[in-house]
Amino acid sequence: MHRDDVATWVSDAQKAFNSAKDLNQLKTARIAHSGDKSPIALASRGLASLTPQEKITQGKIIGDAKSAIALALAGATSALEALRDSKILLEEILDVTLPSNRAHKGGLHPISIMKNEISDFFIEQGYSVEEGPEMESGWLNFDALNIPADHPARTMQDTFFLEPLESGIVLRTQTSPVQIRTMLTCEPPIYIISPGRTFRADELDSTHSPVFHQVEGLVIDRGITMAHLKGVLDNFARAMFGEDVTTRLRPSYFPFTEPSAEVDVFFSGRWIEWGGCGMVNPKVLQTCGIDTEIFSGFAFGMGIERTLMVRHGVQDMHDIVEGDLRFTRQFGVGL
Amino acid sequence: MRAPLSWLKEHAEIPDSFSSTEIADAFIRVGFEVEEIIYQGRDLTGPLVIGQVISIEEIADSKKPIRFVGLDCGEGATRFVICGATNFLVGDLVVVALPGAILPGNFAISARQTYGKTSDGMICSSRELALSEEHSGIIVVQHGEAKIGDDATQTLDINDVIFDISINPDRGYALSIRGLAREIAAALNVAFIDPADSPAKLKFVDTGKGVKPVLKAGATQFYLRTLGDFNPKAVTPLWLARRIEKMGMRPISLAVDITNYVMLELGQPLHAFDAEKISGDLSIGHIKNPQKFTTLDGQIRDLDSEDLVVMDDKHPLALAGTMGGQDSQIRESTTSIVIEAACFDPTAIARNSRKHKISSEASRRFERSVDPLMAQLASGRCAQLLIEFGGARHIQTLDTGAAISTSSVKIDPTYIACTLGVDVAPQEIRRILTVMGCNVSPDFVITPPSWRADLNQPADFAEEVARMIGYESIPSILPPRPKQASLTPFQKRRRVFAASLAAQGLSEIQTFPFTNDSIIASMGYSGERASTYRLANPMSEEFPVLRTHLLPGLAAVAQRNIGRGAKDIAIFEIGSIFRNSQALSPAISPATDRKPSEKELENIFKSVPQQHLHLGALLAGKIEGESWRGKARSFDLYDAIAHVERLLELSNLSWLQERSDFAPWHPGRCVEFIVEGKAVAHAGELHPRVVAQFSLPARAVAFVINLDALPVAPIVRAQSVAPMPPAIQDVALIVDSAVRARDVENALREGAGALLESITLFDRYEKLADGKISLAFTLVFRSPDRTLTGDEISAMREAATHRALVVCGAVVRTA
Repeated sequence: MHRDDVATWVSDAQKAFNSAKDLNQLKTARIAHSGDKSPIALASRGLASLTPQEKITQGKIIGDAKSAIALALAGATSALEALRDSKILLEEILDVTLPSNRAHKGGLHPISIMKNEISDFFIEQGYSVEEGPEMESGWLNFDALNIPADHPARTMQDTFFLEPLESGIVLRTQTSPVQIRTMLTCEPPIYIISPGRTFRADELDSTHSPVFHQVEGLVIDRGITMAHLKGVLDNFARAMFGEDVTTRLRPSYFPFTEPSAEVDVFFSGRWIEWGGCGMVNPKVLQTCGIDTEIFSGFAFGMGIERTLMVRHGVQDMHDIVEGDLRFTRQFGVGL
Repeated sequence: MRAPLSWLKEHAEIPDSFSSTEIADAFIRVGFEVEEIIYQGRDLTGPLVIGQVISIEEIADSKKPIRFVGLDCGEGATRFVICGATNFLVGDLVVVALPGAILPGNFAISARQTYGKTSDGMICSSRELALSEEHSGIIVVQHGEAKIGDDATQTLDINDVIFDISINPDRGYALSIRGLAREIAAALNVAFIDPADSPAKLKFVDTGKGVKPVLKAGATQFYLRTLGDFNPKAVTPLWLARRIEKMGMRPISLAVDITNYVMLELGQPLHAFDAEKISGDLSIGHIKNPQKFTTLDGQIRDLDSEDLVVMDDKHPLALAGTMGGQDSQIRESTTSIVIEAACFDPTAIARNSRKHKISSEASRRFERSVDPLMAQLASGRCAQLLIEFGGARHIQTLDTGAAISTSSVKIDPTYIACTLGVDVAPQEIRRILTVMGCNVSPDFVITPPSWRADLNQPADFAEEVARMIGYESIPSILPPRPKQASLTPFQKRRRVFAASLAAQGLSEIQTFPFTNDSIIASMGYSGERASTYRLANPMSEEFPVLRTHLLPGLAAVAQRNIGRGAKDIAIFEIGSIFRNSQALSPAISPATDRKPSEKELENIFKSVPQQHLHLGALLAGKIEGESWRGKARSFDLYDAIAHVERLLELSNLSWLQERSDFAPWHPGRCVEFIVEGKAVAHAGELHPRVVAQFSLPARAVAFVINLDALPVAPIVRAQSVAPMPPAIQDVALIVDSAVRARDVENALREGAGALLESITLFDRYEKLADGKISLAFTLVFRSPDRTLTGDEISAMREAATHRALVVCGAVVRTA
């Protein structure tokens, strides 16, 4: 093997490496000039058949050449990598603001979001979430709640009745029959809320809907007082409207509570009627077989639509009931 | 119920230092919601004077009657004004706004030229002064009520504050000045002067024989006072007419105005009959035979034996406590009057009112119960006023029945504190209840006043105390923390389903559960799914029944969104459906003074039909929005099926699926999902007829899951995960195109044996000859404890394809 041949291999390799335009071309050049089948590799393998003396001289020549080739390769590699980083990647820039996800945006109905939020608030405090049928027995919706037939309180709520009228079956006007069902079937202490859909024969307008949602709460335990009712309502109001909200109770009338009160919240600079509440009327406890000597309790009820409208500034009930996707999608899943 | 401050102040010694807002706040604090404060006269500036008409010149060349009126307003010279009203004569006293006056509505009065004359002021009607809606003529003031040149704002007592208060149904007594004055006096802690005190002292001398009251049913006491020599020309005193106007009512005639005035003052509705029209006795009770009856409002009513009426020996004369009859009403010539005052049964009047759809001033009060002592006192007060202002003579007062009294209740003063959560001293409780009119014995036996039929248990007294000490004095304390709670598995699953669908681009909607028979029929429902419950009083005849399925509502919402410009629809709803699975039986209404028996309760619960909770969804249009990356494909039935599969997988349930011909889906493109032998869900393409009916994009798809039918999955027994490598085998099989992929898959699975980990159909090729198709599957085998050998893998693959050959006639496709 001639020293000049080796020098040619080295210079060929250096030329090839230096003329590579990118890392791919360099890879091809590397395989040709320093790969397993390159002249230098073959020569290196040929050393084995030489005499010891030749091995020393030839080995030195080949070793030097390999080092030179490796040096040239390293130089070319780092130059091309620098080129890639400085130029080629920049040429590959894409408009990453192009719309990525073409999937439709979905979401929960804001009433569901409110229901979930309210349920989570109360579950965290140990209340269970009770539900009941929307078509309900009139006895559970009225009589057991101390609203006898022919009492003016029945006409306070425009009830949807089912045919035949003698069945007394109605679309529940409140979720209170769920309270009655719970008291009739469970032993106190009772800590529940009952969110759900309710019905009153009101014309649909910007603030009323014949189909709407309520959440009611009921607590029956030993030693429950109106102060406890206030405590729970204050907490609940803060959870719904923010830490700095204040509440006020005003005397009112509901057949199923005595004393009764309206709950107002001071939100966005004004008092807003939020719901009704009171101490469970002992007559109702008696109907449900709860010993009034031992137990007392309170109940409250709020409109979920009303809470939503106040808190989120929803102006028109139609938006809540019409199912226009543009409305629902604003709320995501409420996280 | 309205309450003018001027009238309240006659019975509650409210110092002038209280502002009207403070008074309104006090009403609210004790439970009377002030809906409006009307400041009468606030936007009226004088001069407003009493003038006498001294000349009237009719202006002839005008289309409507126009008068040029000369007035003496006490200014020395005659003042001339133009007036469009004609209800006055020369010599009458009228109300004149002089130039410089500003009437309500910022209407400035000035001298102006009109009809060729100079009009130097204006003669006013009630409406122009915002006193009432009356505008049929100008105000004519009776001689003796005012003098020429008087300040008319004084004469008409214009400047006043009127509170419009909403009265809760348990507080019938507050539908009177008497009741509201008592409340505001208590709220402001000032003296109360009971307007019922003076009628209690009245004495009448009998001068003849009056009409006799007979009480058959529906009332506890019945007073009749017969008066004669009433002067039908007598007019209502101005102050009384003005009070009636301030209460939002219309003065009619002296006799009627007096009955209304006394009702407003004392809360007892009264009725005045023309005595000439009564034949024999007047009785309260029921008629035997149905008949027609014309009420005061001119409506002809059908009466039957259920209605409580006031009748003479021949006919009903009034729908008791609700509305009088036209025939026996006071007319312009009436000189003999019978005043009826009864303590009616609230329930009977509520029924009258509801059945005939009359909510009158009288019925609203009787329904909410009226002070039983007022039948005597209010009728006396009424007679006294008729004598005083109508020149009437008392003939005879007869009564029957007795005033019912309230029952006493013994309370433990500590009960009040235990209910309210705030200490109230026994002497404070005693003071409050006494102010409310109760008699409190030393050992707290409480006798409520006659007008408080609503006070009959300790809790009722707790409320009285609470509202008087102020609800704001009750502290805010959290109750003891109960044991932990969580959502039920069913509730959790519902949430996960909703959140999962929302995350996959579906929007939740909520629709009204009302529909109609033609929608039910057009969807193709049959059997129980076509049978529903009907509302007795629907919002509209368009939707008189309850829905049996969620899809019509979803389709209607999809249609609405498309109508508003939406192209692609992906919506779902979770809601109850109502199927007439059980005929509604007559109501069970056990007494409420005790807990119903187990049997009664069971029957009540059973009387309510099952209402299943469904989840329905509708997908139409493109699965994705159009985009620069390429065209989006349309939703197809496999999207609907995949959603159901995913939700069932989330629930750890296993299922079978079968093609199903099930409305409203396409009969050949619907899948039924079966869990534990029961159909729980359907998914597929909607029937083209339904798609057309709701103008949906072609091939719209939908799915419905009966959430109530999904069982709770058993607790998962974990299997350990093997670290051994998988062996992956692809097989392509040729089958008849009628062979279902799921059957081939099942056969492969059966044949492959226990080491088969998964099987996936990755290709389906239709373009083979002879009605054949090719199905290509990837089979993954894995052993838990060793690496499989090539021979083992081949043997399992061949066993699998052999089974597919046997079961489905599948032939392995060779390249």
